[in-house]
Amino acid sequence: MTSPLASSGHYLLLLRRFWSTSLAAELEYQANFVLELLAVGANLAGSVFTLALFYGQGHQLGGWSWNAALVVLGLYTLLDGLTTTLLQPNLSTIVTHVRTGTLDFVLLKPIDSQFWLSTRTFSPWGLPGLFAGSVLVVVAAVRAGARPGALHLVAAALLLVASALILYSFWFVLAATSIWFVKVWNATEVLRSALVAGRYPVSAYPAGLRLFFTVVLPVAFLTTVPAEAILGRASLGWVLLSLAVAALSLLISRRFWIFALRFYTSASS
Amino acid sequence: MNWFRPPSHALRRASRLARVLLSSQYALMLEFRAEIVLWALSGVLPLIMLGLWSGAGVVPIPGFTPERLVHYFLAAFVVRQFTIVWVIHAFEEDALQGRLSPALLQPLNPFWRYLAAHLSEQATRLPFVLAIVALVALVHPAALWWPSPAGFLLALLATQLAFLVRFAIQSALTMLCFWSERAAALERLLLIPYLFLSGLVAPLEAFPAPIRSFALHTPFPWMIWFPAQLLSGGTVPVAQGFGVLAAWGVLFVPIAALLWRAGLRRYSAMGA
Repeated sequence: MTSPLASSGHYLLLLRRFWSTSLAAELEYQANFVLELLAVGANLAGSVFTLALFYGQGHQLGGWSWNAALVVLGLYTLLDGLTTTLLQPNLSTIVTHVRTGTLDFVLLKPIDSQFWLSTRTFSPWGLPGLFAGSVLVVVAAVRAGARPGALHLVAAALLLVASALILYSFWFVLAATSIWFVKVWNATEVLRSALVAGRYPVSAYPAGLRLFFTVVLPVAFLTTVPAEAILGRASLGWVLLSLAVAALSLLISRRFWIFALRFYTSASS
Repeated sequence: MNWFRPPSHALRRASRLARVLLSSQYALMLEFRAEIVLWALSGVLPLIMLGLWSGAGVVPIPGFTPERLVHYFLAAFVVRQFTIVWVIHAFEEDALQGRLSPALLQPLNPFWRYLAAHLSEQATRLPFVLAIVALVALVHPAALWWPSPAGFLLALLATQLAFLVRFAIQSALTMLCFWSERAAALERLLLIPYLFLSGLVAPLEAFPAPIRSFALHTPFPWMIWFPAQLLSGGTVPVAQGFGVLAAWGVLFVPIAALLWRAGLRRYSAMGA
């Protein structure tokens, strides 16, 4: 084993190789870009329209102003773009590896299998979502009159990383269950459809659902809490809690993978 | 195929075919019941929207009390469950894996098999949908209602018709698989206006008037909003609804059939 620093450099190099080769492969299909652009645009238009149905009648979702709610929507779009770029293309292949037995080859590689499975491909088609989401967050935050201080910006950046890690862990654990239940990729569809709840601030839901979206399926930490930080009104308690949830879910995903591999008995057995 | 047989014979063949197809596909679907539960769960959007609208307190939608709103979204959830169509994904995979070629050798259009698969999947889905509805009722005891017998029958009919129309539209799109690898992406694109205009996110009564009248010119609201309103006891133009659905079906069935014939001529077994 080499020193941790050298090995992380090695992993970064691998990451660059992985992504440049998959980018080259994906760019064969340039028509996709137009389709993806249209999809992101239409999805955003539809979400803004849905929000407008509430706000047009003078109602404020969970006490959030129109622009503040748009920040939440922007964060959702951002995370959805991340899902399309990394989570979906990588984690959906775990199922295929298990079904066809090629997971054996992954496990034999001299690198961490969770790292390989989570980062092997990169799909540029989520980039329009990432871009549109970021623009919406910034524009809406400025229009909401947010003047976050340096401390708040640091907190917001940390919370964004935390929400990405929480999202990743959920996807990974779900995809890893394919070791037992081979045909599980629909479960990620369930996750994706439930996460749609994150398009709106969590305080807009009735108490029971709010609890569910905080404790069971932590949608609150994905979009609402980072949005609070961007708007400059995050409390220290929520920031720490969010970071703790992120660390815990990452740990769980790691432990779960090691546990799942004990049950992997290769193909045809 | 022998067209000169007496009609009773043809009828008998059709009914036997239907029975065999449906029972074999049903057995196949039962194998995948775990997967179907997950599909059923992934239709939670109306329930999430119900949470948002009821969290909003007073509902300022004309003709909707909070209780009616719960009924509407629950009905929309049920209608959506029985109008889900995935023929394009099944066909794409079959064409890609080379399973289409042997299917073409059989004296039966493969689309009958897909249709039977969809109907069997709906039958497999039924208990899970009932379970989810029961769960909602447990949380929200006021959520359940008895639809009037006429409303229930009309809703059942409208849901099945909506399913057939969606099946026809998606089949027409599926045929583009013969020409392009991106047909499924087009379907994903078409799903977006369906999500926002069909009444899954809000009953059409909540839309501003110009957008509502635009939406009513598309097939989308007639596939969810119309049957859901029938089921939950709302007021909808019944005759117009069935007429519109039938018209979209009449438009798309021949388009799908034409594209199928044109596509088959292009099909060369390997790599489509």
